[in-house]
Amino acid sequence: MIVAEKLSKYFGSKKVIQDVSIEVKRGAITSFIGPNGAGKSTLLSMVSRLLKQDDGIVYLDGKDVHKQKSKDLAKTIAILRQSNVVQMKLTVRELVSFGRFPYSSGRLTAEDEQKVSEAITYVNLEEMENKYLNELSGGQKQRAFIAMVLAQDTDYILLDEPLNNLDMKHAVQMMKLLRKLVEDFGKTILLVIHDINFASVYSDRIVAMKDGKIVAEGPTEDIIQSDVLKSIYDLDIDVHNISCNRICVYF
Amino acid sequence: MLKRKIILLLVVALSLASLYLFIHMNFQAMEYLLRTRLEKILAMILCAVSIGVSTVVFQTITHNRILTPSIMGLDSVYMFIQTIVVFLFGSGTFVIMQSDAYFFLTILLMVGFAFGLYQLLFRRGQSNLFLLLLVGLVLGTFFSSLSSFMQMIIDPNEFLLIQDSMFASFTDVNTDLLLISAVIITVLCIYIFRYRHYFDVMSIGRDHAVNLGVPYEKIVKRMFLVIAVLVAVSTALVGPITFLGLLTANLAREFLQTFRHTYLLIAASLLSVIALLGGQLVVERIFSFSTPISVIINFVGGIYFIYLLVRESKKI
Repeated sequence: MIVAEKLSKYFGSKKVIQDVSIEVKRGAITSFIGPNGAGKSTLLSMVSRLLKQDDGIVYLDGKDVHKQKSKDLAKTIAILRQSNVVQMKLTVRELVSFGRFPYSSGRLTAEDEQKVSEAITYVNLEEMENKYLNELSGGQKQRAFIAMVLAQDTDYILLDEPLNNLDMKHAVQMMKLLRKLVEDFGKTILLVIHDINFASVYSDRIVAMKDGKIVAEGPTEDIIQSDVLKSIYDLDIDVHNISCNRICVYF
Repeated sequence: MLKRKIILLLVVALSLASLYLFIHMNFQAMEYLLRTRLEKILAMILCAVSIGVSTVVFQTITHNRILTPSIMGLDSVYMFIQTIVVFLFGSGTFVIMQSDAYFFLTILLMVGFAFGLYQLLFRRGQSNLFLLLLVGLVLGTFFSSLSSFMQMIIDPNEFLLIQDSMFASFTDVNTDLLLISAVIITVLCIYIFRYRHYFDVMSIGRDHAVNLGVPYEKIVKRMFLVIAVLVAVSTALVGPITFLGLLTANLAREFLQTFRHTYLLIAASLLSVIALLGGQLVVERIFSFSTPISVIINFVGGIYFIYLLVRESKKI
């Protein structure tokens, strides 16, 4: 379980996260939604120790994240941020192999190679595994990075806007894959997501943020409500039940 | 494929070394010639390896392919030390400058400078490498301005002494120092080489590296100090040779087309050895010592630097 207690973060004098406390349950998909600049990505970065908070503590399975060995953490929690620019010439397989670094420290064993192949298959990039990243489209690149995170084989997976650059088909495939990881392997997944319909259909719980604070939190059905969404986005949003899914119409 | 390229470089380096060793051999003075030439070759290898290795690592931790460790301002500190010693003690300093104690003092001051920078900027909880480099750059400019000022007002004959140390030279390297430097450089290079897999991960960016369990900030800080010592030792031994690292680190990346530092570190070192041996051969046999080797290296390095800038700007 991830527990954050009274997290705060300042960029200069601006408070981007203010006293945020949250608990994230294991074995579920939790989506973080909210307008731009709400602090969702910052929160995820702090939870995954990429960014050090100015105040508060993050506990991962009861232990302070910043007091654990980075190498051990890398086997329990993985994060993928939004913009992933790699300047080097790197093939898909080489990139995904980096995901095994916490286990192999650079010398891949047969088991590592196996996991890398599995991860590449998960995201349907088998045919491209020897292509260079700069030859790929935005969506293929995104999937390659997600494969790297999958190869890391961690209990907790944090993805910051994983659907960026993905077309509808691959976006749906990606969300189904994440669902499968939760159901089959009991992974815990935290997402920052902008499309509230994807959040509504695929997540177990939703956390809504605005201006550095959590404004609503709970099971998906409780959050995907016209009045709750209105308070988050300042936008009139109709919620319809379509084949057992709660779909928001806001156009 | 990568291994074959490394072997190719090794063969070129070895053939240049043997060419350098045996060219125009006078068999009556063979023992003497062999010894002095071997010493020069050793000095070149030491300088080459420390510059090659430190530049590759420096470029990896700064994520910048057109930087060299000289941006820390160590070269300027070195020149400042040379100038101030001549300025204060006059022409008698030639004796001082040849002594072992002076060698260690120069290293100590250069490392002290880097360490001071490090303390000033890293220890305050911040870890902004670029701020540190910027301060290094500014202080470097400050020191070289001071040096220029002093060079302006000293006796022209004494200025010649300083001018001698402005350019790297392998012609009069102190043998005792050679061995000590060899030990220091070997130890540091082995230390760096143990981190080679970390560098691979670090080159895909800080966030990915931290995510994959690399103690990123810790390694950056350590490497900063190790690089400073490497550069200080090689500069104190033969003099400043700025562009060599830029030239060979980039050539190594171009030639190998890989991110694997196991190969990059070796290739950059070998290319540096080739550049120095080749340069020294040209200096000795074609220009008959009329120009210092670093002039040639800086000339070639400078042209390559401009090429890099033009090519990078075309990409955007």
